Amino acid sequence: MFRATLKSLLARKVRLILSGLAVVLGVMFVSGAFVLTDTLGRSFDSVFADGFSEIDVNVAAKPKVEISELEGEQTASPLPAAVVDRVTQVPGVASATGIVNADGARVIGSNGKVVTSFGPPQLGENWTGESDLLQLREGRAPQAEDEIVINRALATTAKVQVGQKVGVLTAFESKKREFTLVGVAGYSGDRDSIGGVNEVFFTTPVAQRLMLGEPDTFSSVTVRAADGVSDEALRDDVARTLGADFEVKTGEQVAADASASLKEGLSFFNKILLGFAAVALLVGTFLILNTFSIIVAQRTRELALMRAIGASGRQIIGSVVLEAIAVGLIASVLGLAAGIGVGALLAFLFGKLAGGLTLAGIGVPAAAVIGSFAVGLVITVVAALLPALRASRIPPIAAMQDVATPDRPLTKVTVAGSLVTGIGAVLLFLGLSGNAGGQTLATILGGVLFAFIGVALLTPLISRPVVSLLGAIFSWSVPGKLGRLNSGRNPRRTAITAAALMVGIALVTGVTVILDSAKGSISALAQDTIKAELVISGQQGGPRPPSFDPGVLDRTKALPGVQLVDGEYGDMARIDGESTWVTASSDIASLRQIFGAKATAGDIDRLGPTQMLASSDTATSRGWSVGSTVNVQLTRGEARTYTVSGIYESTQLTNPVTLPATAAKDFAIPQPIQAFIQLAPGARVADVQPQVETLLADSPEVSVADRDAFIKQQTSQLDGLLTMIQILLALAIVIAVLGIINTLALSVLERTRELGLLRAIGLRRGQTMGMITVEAVVISVFGALLGVAVGTGLGAAVVEALKDEGITDLILPWGQMGVFLGLAAVIGVVAAVLPAVRAARINVLGAIAHD
Amino acid sequence: MTATVGQQAQAAARANDVWKVYGSGEAQVIALRGVSAEFERGRFTAIMGPSGSGKSTLMHCLAGLDSVTRGTVSIGETTVTGLGDGGLTKLRRDKVGFIFQQFNLLPTLTAKENILLPLSIAGRKPDPAWYDTVIDTVGLRDRLDHRPAQLSGGQQQRVACARALVSRPEVIFADEPTGNLDSRSGAEVLGFLRNSVREHGQTIVMVTHDPTAAAYADRVVFLADGQIVSELIEPTADTVLDTMKKLDTPAEVGN
Ligand SMILES: Nc1ncnc2c1ncn2[C@@H]1O[C@H](COP(=O)(O)OP(=O)(O)OP(=O)(O)O)[C@@H](O)[C@H]1O
Ligand SMILES: [Mg+2]
Repeated sequence: MFRATLKSLLARKVRLILSGLAVVLGVMFVSGAFVLTDTLGRSFDSVFADGFSEIDVNVAAKPKVEISELEGEQTASPLPAAVVDRVTQVPGVASATGIVNADGARVIGSNGKVVTSFGPPQLGENWTGESDLLQLREGRAPQAEDEIVINRALATTAKVQVGQKVGVLTAFESKKREFTLVGVAGYSGDRDSIGGVNEVFFTTPVAQRLMLGEPDTFSSVTVRAADGVSDEALRDDVARTLGADFEVKTGEQVAADASASLKEGLSFFNKILLGFAAVALLVGTFLILNTFSIIVAQRTRELALMRAIGASGRQIIGSVVLEAIAVGLIASVLGLAAGIGVGALLAFLFGKLAGGLTLAGIGVPAAAVIGSFAVGLVITVVAALLPALRASRIPPIAAMQDVATPDRPLTKVTVAGSLVTGIGAVLLFLGLSGNAGGQTLATILGGVLFAFIGVALLTPLISRPVVSLLGAIFSWSVPGKLGRLNSGRNPRRTAITAAALMVGIALVTGVTVILDSAKGSISALAQDTIKAELVISGQQGGPRPPSFDPGVLDRTKALPGVQLVDGEYGDMARIDGESTWVTASSDIASLRQIFGAKATAGDIDRLGPTQMLASSDTATSRGWSVGSTVNVQLTRGEARTYTVSGIYESTQLTNPVTLPATAAKDFAIPQPIQAFIQLAPGARVADVQPQVETLLADSPEVSVADRDAFIKQQTSQLDGLLTMIQILLALAIVIAVLGIINTLALSVLERTRELGLLRAIGLRRGQTMGMITVEAVVISVFGALLGVAVGTGLGAAVVEALKDEGITDLILPWGQMGVFLGLAAVIGVVAAVLPAVRAARINVLGAIAHD
Repeated sequence: MTATVGQQAQAAARANDVWKVYGSGEAQVIALRGVSAEFERGRFTAIMGPSGSGKSTLMHCLAGLDSVTRGTVSIGETTVTGLGDGGLTKLRRDKVGFIFQQFNLLPTLTAKENILLPLSIAGRKPDPAWYDTVIDTVGLRDRLDHRPAQLSGGQQQRVACARALVSRPEVIFADEPTGNLDSRSGAEVLGFLRNSVREHGQTIVMVTHDPTAAAYADRVVFLADGQIVSELIEPTADTVLDTMKKLDTPAEVGN
């Protein structure tokens, strides 16, 4: 029995390859995700281990506000220089060095543009001499106020040479300052950068002033232990001497902590990739289900013969499941291997993008192997279960009857489909209306899954009228008519094939509807509310938003034709112990007028040094009212008490909390990141814009744009997101295309005799191919239609649910939908090529004798 | 009329007042109308009759491939009627062999694998001596590793016969086993079937259209319109042909 199964598997290997390919692709996604994140994780480990290799014990002040990797770079609060002396006194300390090390040193390249980073920080540091890790490659150390050394990687990207004047923006000065590049540094092992980090070294006083904002302070103290003193013992001694206000860790600990926080981000990324893998596998499941169903149908007589000569129903199930296991196993192995390749490739690309991250060797984590096999096997077997069950119900007498088993009525599937769709709709409703009790995301995802399966079950019923309608377009020719009849011939098969395509297209359409609606709603709101003709802002590339010289604000205000200027600062703060995004405005009255803010309580036109404003939503959720006092800890400085003096009405554009301009000096980035400019009546944008541009000459990170360009730029971030999602979902669509090819190929095989007959009575090769192509196009367009319809439904439901969040306009991407349908037609034609060629090549005589 | 020949031999298969009705209402077809028959052990019985007379239906019912509307069927000691799927599977495994007119073999397996398939499905080992005997009788020793597509129609049917024989079933049912063969290959297969009855005591029930084929049997049962209308012992082609002619003119059947 086992042998018979394997033999029949081998005999039909070609048919199984395509369905196996679907599993391979899905598994590849899974293992690729694991390999990628594992490799990057270990690369980060080694980068940090390296970066902190010169440190035995590290002393830092406790950060005032803890920030997760997803929110941006952590800013350490500076510690006074006296700490260095105190540490030096501790017995067992060989040396203690005060280190300035902060993000935000941005070098202006020879092309006048700021060198940006896509992730690794751009550190500004004090030069503390060469070490085993860090050496000068060229030139000398910085000695004067206006001298710097940068690392080789940065020198290469900025295209600057020793001896040249180089402009630098620093954490406390977003106005260009010129330095002379006196040296270029590199790292042990002939590396130009560690993990893509850009480093700028100043003299200590300059670094303190520009990177920390205060003289005589350091970011940390690095300690080298005397011979024979263990790092751990020294750490404990230092910690005891300094007291509880400091974080004292061994170098290893620091490295591990730094790496761990990055890995947190990676695991989030991993989950996203696995989510897309799940979509691909869902589509793959449809495909496998279909393939096995068709194979079982084609083998009816064979299976019946087996039953006639004594095979039990269970043995038949066993044989089909065994086949599935074999396919699943092979596909898992191939998928795992392909995933390792893809993971390695992506890691390589990521390393390049992150500015030369040295990759640790590609490893295959156990999770990748287990995940691949579990997913590959389970999916294949589950998908084959239904066909297996059907196979076991084939009566032995079918071996003697020529008649194919009649198509069973669709009542059962339709009832099941309605039920499952209903469950999906209920789950979606619960999830979207926020009644899912803490399981919102899971409920929504479950709802989407049920909706997909439900619609897939309903598809056979829908397919009859829709397919015959679609096919009518082609009915003018005989092959077209035959193709149309063929696609309506087996509604289940057509339906599952189309449903596989539906999933991918529905998700893309849904996401497009949501993002377009969000974009449209926000743009409309911005158009209506922002009464500023010009906006200063920059494109954020890495974790740090672009900023500019605050002096520009006053100078802009003084320009003729400018009426109001509102410069905005932002920071992640802790308010009463909770992380909250806070902003400060350079001119609170201008802010109010430009945004047309409405007060719901108190006075929002002015703000004293210890007063703050809150949006109505924030006030409600935090239980604040005018007169409430709150404790605010900014990134720098001591915690302060503010009194809520006014509350403004929340809109999509309002910030939760607004602090007085004086607070901005304690923000992580103490420079404005945006400014809104309102012109005086009669002043012309074309006149004012060039003047503001001139003012921004020394702030190359930002530019001034008119309002429409600004709104477009802001919403264009959503476009990037959309493109990314589309690329990831494309895989699901590719698998669906495989499904169409597979179904057609199997149908052609099944109809060999009939095709031979058609050819015998005079159907030309070209006509045969046309017939197959029409069938493919009808199926794929049907799938796309379903996808667009389901996706629009899902998207509209989400948009409806987000009405309160400010997504008020439902925008349907008609153009996109048209593109999808057109694409589906192309997909159909492409998918038909191989099966059509095969059909056209059928040997007429052989086919008629075919059994 | 009930066929009652050979009471001395115990029946390998028995039909008792079997009715088979297909469909209902307008489309109702009564394929068998109260057929009772016994098929003795160690004998070769042919079933004949005009097209549509219910031969195949009777055979399917006897073999437990199809259910009966009324009456009972038994194979050896086992009452087939009322058996569940498990019981029927066991019956087919242990007691019944089949030879069909076509599509007898799995195209993906070699001749040898096809022959051994019923045994391997049942998880049994062939009796090597018996296996050798069967292979030699069918004369396929040099073709064992060929696939069905590489064999002629006659050879394929011989493989099918070998497959049916190798598990030594209580009874082998054959539905027009020579229907697709030329007369020479047909004669080979029939001779082989007859030998297995004569020399090894196999029981065979065969449906056929061909008087010459029927002449190989020990006994012929004639069906017409779902009823057994006549039978012949030790038939020759001529006596069979005569009876057939009579059946074609119902008036002369006279009962
Ligand atoms: N599945 C079925 N549904 C309805 N009627 C059937 C079915 N199978 C057979 N019949 C009818 O039962 C009658 C007997 O059919 P059966 O196949 O037994 O005839 P037969 O004697 O084997 O004929 P032939 O010599 O042509 O093979 C016929 O009238 C046939 O039309
Ligand atoms: Mg028949």
